[in-house]
Amino acid sequence: MTVTSTEPKVAVSPNDRPTWTGRFRARAVGTFPPEKLLPDRQPTYVASWIYIFGALTLAAFGVVLLSGAVLAIEGPAWWHNSSVGLYFNSAHLWGTELFFFFMVIHLWGKFFMAAWRGRRRATWITGVLAFAISIATAFTGYLSQQNFDSEWIGTQAKDGINATGAGAFWNVLNFGQMLLWHVLLLPLIVAVVIGVHVLQVRRHGVVPPFATSRAVAAAPAIAGPAAGDTGFGEDKPAVGGDGFDLDAGVAGDTILATSDPGALGDAASNTESATTATQEGGATP
Amino acid sequence: MKTKSFNPDRDVADWDGPTVRYDLFKEVTVCFVIVLILVAALSAIFSSPDEHPVTVKSWSAADPADFLQTAIAELSETSATGTYGPPYTATCGLCQKIGPVSLESLAGTRIAIDTAQDFVIGPLLTLPNAPALDAAIATFKAASAKQQASWESAYATIAASPSFTGSNVKAGAYGPVGPMMSQLLAMARSGALDGALLASPQLYNTNYTKPLLFIQDGGYLASLADAQNLGGDQWGMMNETGSYPGQAWLWLYTLWYQVPPMNTSSNGDAEVWAIMMALTLLLALVPFIPGLRSIPRWTRLYRLVWRRHYRSLQ
Repeated sequence: MTVTSTEPKVAVSPNDRPTWTGRFRARAVGTFPPEKLLPDRQPTYVASWIYIFGALTLAAFGVVLLSGAVLAIEGPAWWHNSSVGLYFNSAHLWGTELFFFFMVIHLWGKFFMAAWRGRRRATWITGVLAFAISIATAFTGYLSQQNFDSEWIGTQAKDGINATGAGAFWNVLNFGQMLLWHVLLLPLIVAVVIGVHVLQVRRHGVVPPFATSRAVAAAPAIAGPAAGDTGFGEDKPAVGGDGFDLDAGVAGDTILATSDPGALGDAASNTESATTATQEGGATP
Repeated sequence: MKTKSFNPDRDVADWDGPTVRYDLFKEVTVCFVIVLILVAALSAIFSSPDEHPVTVKSWSAADPADFLQTAIAELSETSATGTYGPPYTATCGLCQKIGPVSLESLAGTRIAIDTAQDFVIGPLLTLPNAPALDAAIATFKAASAKQQASWESAYATIAASPSFTGSNVKAGAYGPVGPMMSQLLAMARSGALDGALLASPQLYNTNYTKPLLFIQDGGYLASLADAQNLGGDQWGMMNETGSYPGQAWLWLYTLWYQVPPMNTSSNGDAEVWAIMMALTLLLALVPFIPGLRSIPRWTRLYRLVWRRHYRSLQ
């Protein structure tokens, strides 16, 4: 009896190099394994209302995009002569107000948590970038209203923009240009930057609390890989060790650190929950 | 083995403590629903402001004297726009600098505006069946610059008089400027000037630079804005009409316009932008700046956020 395989024959040559797609997939899965991308556990220290403001900012951004999309269906003048249009314009306005309210609280919350620690600098920088570009996006929205506010804000703001030299290319009195920046270019940039920001949060997790002398005394001694200082590149665990005492104000104490991942040794094989916490860094965005 | 000093404002020990259940999707969904309800309620209760813009028509009807004072300044190219400098005009009248550098001069005159031609003569020439006006314009254009300046000055003087209303122009040495201004006022009141300022060979137009600059050169728009507390010295950029929160996130940007030396400096805009760019850069680079990145540890406000965690350690 002859057995015929139904699987297509694939000629594999030892000289075959990985495809771009394969490399991308391997990199993506390596950087964002499912349990890290969509965690269902988080460290116990993530227990404060302040953590909800990141998710609230994202939710408000979603509402702003949705209300803006509804306004786009009938065009920029619709809301001036339609009660339905006015309602959706109001939703767009209040969604924006809430978006900034939540975002500013999120930003200051993260500042006072020093959330850039442990290779999380890119997370902080993309957050600030998202805030700055969101301001420009909202500003072009005000310029696109076609009412007294647009007229006044545009004629006042032009001097500042002109003073930077940008006014020669980015004309705040050109309604068509500002509207297109508002509905396409800037939201796209904000969405991309927020996306990168959220992925950074998923990758590195929520920043742990500052250590205390008690915690240091109770924790197992860890000599680990280099405490990171780039924040942008490789995903080595940020491990600080014993020997520092914030409560005592010894900020400059030193530990041994190494760039050799193997030096983690036993510390990496702690309890399951500990491993989960370290690797997943369960986080709110 | 490389050694690296531990810096608590830069480095952190990975968490090796316990974890708890967490539902990311549920959290995002609940947040979205909460925001949706909030937005729906705020929109229903407070709506949004929508005050009609000032048009050349409404301006010339409400304050014809201000309109004509502005129009004669546009004709003589002495208005704010006429003397602005880049990106509108070549003469660097209001160019702002940071030190020796004027970025707007470097960018050049990319939105060229000739106020006499674009705001006055060009629109007047679009009026049909007006031989007297055409003759007046021809006379004006044929005259020497000195003669033109003399006519303009005479008209500007009478227009600046407190009793000037725009319709009581007494005879004077205005030459053709008198009929030109009268026709421009009539054109503005009819609404035709709004259209002429937007005229485009492509028919479609979405660029309002010319009418907005013309309107802003007058005092009427600013008087309405001041009445609504929107002036530059009233934190105007961040406010909007009515009792709405406006762009509250611009408070720091607007703040600099209220304090010396920026509130009186001829380079105020450039200075405020330089400050804001520097501060934004500083905020983005906080993780790299010793001292600044230590503020959270010094203030110890993080203990409020992680109070349960620290309590559990005791």
